[in-house]
Amino acid sequence: MALASHRHISSCLCSIHSSLCYSTRPEMERSSLQRQLANLKKSLFDQGNLDEQFDQLEELQDDASPNFVEEVVTLFFRDSSRLVANIEQAIEKSPRDYGSLDALVHQLKDSASSIGAAKMMKECTVFREYCDKRNLEGCLRSFQKVKKEHSTLRLKLENYFQLLRQVGPAEKATRSGN
Amino acid sequence: MSSPRGTKACGGVAADRQIHVLAVDDSSVDRAVIARILRSSKYRVTTVDSGKKALELLGLEPNVNMIITDYWMPEMTGYELLKIVKESSELREIPVVIMSSENVPNRINRCLEEGAEDFLLKPVRPSDVSRLCNRMR
Repeated sequence: MALASHRHISSCLCSIHSSLCYSTRPEMERSSLQRQLANLKKSLFDQGNLDEQFDQLEELQDDASPNFVEEVVTLFFRDSSRLVANIEQAIEKSPRDYGSLDALVHQLKDSASSIGAAKMMKECTVFREYCDKRNLEGCLRSFQKVKKEHSTLRLKLENYFQLLRQVGPAEKATRSGN
Repeated sequence: MSSPRGTKACGGVAADRQIHVLAVDDSSVDRAVIARILRSSKYRVTTVDSGKKALELLGLEPNVNMIITDYWMPEMTGYELLKIVKESSELREIPVVIMSSENVPNRINRCLEEGAEDFLLKPVRPSDVSRLCNRMR
């Protein structure tokens, strides 16, 4: 009796196992990617790199504009890289024009706020305060932080969009509630 | 017509006339965002990157139902654009909305006194735009 039920159980297990292998491996891979995606997004928010403005942008994405967020983020990094380079020049110029420097940092901050780049916004605010006080050392220090956050954010968002692409249409369908 | 999740499609549902908004902003990121918000509410949107280009377009294209402009722009600010529009007999009826990332009461008051329809703080949200619905010409 015991032997028969053991054989029964193990054959059940075998058929479950093979059906899992046969039909759900792609689903298992996708759900692992989805988990990675969710974790990455959570980390971006928990670490303060992004705020709810980013969520607002994702809400605007739909079938008519399926890559809206990535397009806007690409525009942001194009503009912000140019601004960072201009700030670099302005900060090294002698004599220093703190007014122009502040105007550049202001632009960078505004751009950051439009995509929800919260940490960049904060670092820019500190930078502007040092500009206001004409404190060169403070400016240099906060500029280092701005550049660091800029690189970090770029990398994290590149990963994010790459994962999104891998997860593919199913993820988009889920997000749009279909 | 189904409206996008969370936004009222008050924009351009009438078959004969779609509401046309001119968005003015020197930031490409902000132009992309405001255009998307407006389009998701079914408005027809034209974006330009300066006050000067806005005036050129207004000279050529009479069918603009609303202007939404950034405040801080090089060469011509949103306030200066507002003044020119309100002083023009052809353009003065067009509602003008100003956007700014800075909450400066004096600035807001000055714009409203000059005839601005509304003043939006950036970053602009879909909910900010849906309240402009009723102000279109």
